[in-house]
Amino acid sequence: MSLTPPRPGGPRPNVPVILDGEEVLAFDGETILDLARRLGSPIPTLCYLDGLSVHGGCRLCVVEVNGDNRLPLACATPVSSEMDIRTDTSSLRDHRRRVIELLFAEGNHICASCVSSGACELQDLAAENDVDHIHYALEFPRIDVDATHPKYVLDRERCVLCTRCVRVCDEVEGAHVWDIAQRGSQSTLVAELGKPWGDATSCTWCGKCVLVCPTGALSFKGRSTGEMRHDPDVIAFLARLRDEGEWIDREEPAP
Amino acid sequence: MPTADTETKGPGATSDHPSGDDRFELLDKAMRRGRYGQDQLIEVLHVAQEVFGYLSEDLLLYVARALRLPPSRVYGVATFYHLFTFDPPGDHSATVCTGTACFVKGANDVVDALAREHRVAPGSTTEDGRFTLKTARCLGSCGMAPVVVVDGEVRGHLHADAAIDEVAARLATTDDRDSEEAV
Ligand code: SF4
Ligand code: FES
Ligand code: FES
Repeated sequence: MSLTPPRPGGPRPNVPVILDGEEVLAFDGETILDLARRLGSPIPTLCYLDGLSVHGGCRLCVVEVNGDNRLPLACATPVSSEMDIRTDTSSLRDHRRRVIELLFAEGNHICASCVSSGACELQDLAAENDVDHIHYALEFPRIDVDATHPKYVLDRERCVLCTRCVRVCDEVEGAHVWDIAQRGSQSTLVAELGKPWGDATSCTWCGKCVLVCPTGALSFKGRSTGEMRHDPDVIAFLARLRDEGEWIDREEPAP
Repeated sequence: MPTADTETKGPGATSDHPSGDDRFELLDKAMRRGRYGQDQLIEVLHVAQEVFGYLSEDLLLYVARALRLPPSRVYGVATFYHLFTFDPPGDHSATVCTGTACFVKGANDVVDALAREHRVAPGSTTEDGRFTLKTARCLGSCGMAPVVVVDGEVRGHLHADAAIDEVAARLATTDDRDSEEAV
């Protein structure tokens, strides 16, 4: 897992692979994404979040391996010896642009009136991948906003179904308030049995779901346009503390 | 059907459920058979729907508690499958296949015709609770398109007019159905 960076004195990278034309060494079991990030190749991601399990749902992180036209997910594919990995070809760029456009077409992403404008991962992805036009018909789904929680708001129009909130609530907070209901274009984020969030008795009000949301779908109540700031990185920090048992009082063996 | 609830209540009831409803025993038995495994969820939901006719909120919660699954997970899984329903079904039902073959053969006309005839939106039940209109994707009998499942029976080549007649015939037989329905 990527949570703990390799330590000096730990195992050394020993798996030879080619990353964007360069021969490099990967750690055994490392994912393509971890390798690329470690060596400074940016692969765009959306559903992936350090500190959470891998979902592999957004398909933004696809890469080419050995020129094969099946595109593996960098976040979910471990490196293996002699892989020839390309992270940035014109067809990959094309594919990613399409994915981003579909995300825009599927929801109601009106940046001009969004709490997260200026600090939104979807907006950033669009900018970084030159999405200046949506080639698909916009769906303009009619979706209600859930503002029943005293502290937070869920605006499903802006939800990209990355499941970060579902995973953080399950894996870190342990409450599992959220899940995805229905399927296909009807898929939607639900609290408990599809209840208003404010009625969800399992919600601990911890706010981690709000912190990890890449868009303006989850926000603190009372924020207006462009005022919302998320903090997804805090989860990697929490996960590392937990994995390393940071707060556990270990008794020093007597000298 | 929905009135059968209280019949079996009594001091001797062995059901865990506070309602003493016998049907929960069937459900419990199914869960016990699967050793309350969380991977048995779909199986258990099937049994629950078979026994109760539909998945009410209480029922979903009951299953969630018993299998120690978060309610949202149970709800997510249940709503993923078209086979599960969350409202009490009508006395009679028609499920129109809207898969590719049936679509080509005019499934939409069948849906529209039934919806108009009975003033009911696809996926819902008439106000008097007598008829439920549903749609489904490819039922695997494409050679017989358009396919409609009427009261659980697969009927092929059922175009709009024939479908209306078929449903009308079923509705005319309501009363004797009630007795055989009892579980
Ligand atoms: S609400 Fe936000 S974090 Fe949750 S699935 Fe939607 S976009 Fe992802
Ligand atoms: S980041 Fe890999 S599939 Fe979303
Ligand atoms: S499309 Fe209707 S049965 Fe296959």
